[in-house]
Amino acid sequence: MAGTAVRGRLNTWQTATIGPVTDETARVRTLRLEVPDWPGPSDGQHRAGQHVDIRLTADDGYQAERAYSIASAPGEPLAITVERLDDGEVSPYLTQEARTGDQLEVRGPIGGYFVWEPGSGSGGPLLLAAGGSGVVPLRAILRERSRAGSSVPVRLLYSSRSWEDVIYASEFGLPPGGVEVIYTLTRSQPRMWQGYARRVDDAMLAEVAWPAALASPGQPLAYVCGPTSFVESVAAGLVKLGYPAGRVKTARFGATGG
Amino acid sequence: MVDEKTLDGNAIAGLLMEVFGSEMTTAVATCGSCGAASMVAELPVYMPGLGTVARCRSCESVLMVFTEVRSVTCVDLMGLASLG
Repeated sequence: MAGTAVRGRLNTWQTATIGPVTDETARVRTLRLEVPDWPGPSDGQHRAGQHVDIRLTADDGYQAERAYSIASAPGEPLAITVERLDDGEVSPYLTQEARTGDQLEVRGPIGGYFVWEPGSGSGGPLLLAAGGSGVVPLRAILRERSRAGSSVPVRLLYSSRSWEDVIYASEFGLPPGGVEVIYTLTRSQPRMWQGYARRVDDAMLAEVAWPAALASPGQPLAYVCGPTSFVESVAAGLVKLGYPAGRVKTARFGATGG
Repeated sequence: MVDEKTLDGNAIAGLLMEVFGSEMTTAVATCGSCGAASMVAELPVYMPGLGTVARCRSCESVLMVFTEVRSVTCVDLMGLASLG
């Protein structure tokens, strides 16, 4: 295909006002975003698993933009959950300085691949695998499952450095029927911890993942989100277990983050 | 060894939406070098700072390059046989 120059950009950025802010862990915060023209149920509201782009502009005009997964289910007030990366350009502001009433620019909802809807997967059970803050879009999927009254069985395998780093711990402590949450704590564990205490590996996936050949209620569908190395190893492990590549949806957020 | 800086097509969904005017991560990109077809969301993407590069999953050829100069986004799709 021929190279093309696109003059200017479609103006899709909107001003958002930060609403209530909730600290999830020492490094992670959930921010409600109020966007006047955010699509509602009648005009293409967001889908579970999508993200928004956030853009900040400094006084000197320098701009930085980053993608953040939407933490809320469709129909709930828009919220993002952000992990602070100390060398980041955007996340330190969002997790430490941003206050209710502050304004920033938002573009979205974005993405059509890493999304789940009650009909996705044709009835097969869901395997959700999260590395660190990769749990955010998977939490939106879980909330959407509840909101839509879906009974699809779900296992969430959530890898975190320590118990203190687990996001949404209280919400996941009382999962709805049909949802199991399995943790692995890779760096440190509470005393008496009986769960997994290592990085996700093939043996762990073999124990936790739905059998690939499950005939009833249907073939499992996997969503894997986290740092690039986490996603690569989990996706490869699932394919080794017999998951077709097309049943493993992946989203990498790399180490560049925000 | 996995390069932690490697992203995937999900990361440029917003940029693609601006450039093409619609959701592109479920579009199929076909490599002009080896012919491999893959969803845009599954392409390895690199954002080293000066621009954004999407490569072929199979042969690693450069498929798409996006650079922004003075608010103008320049798009090079020379590596693609097709996109749709």
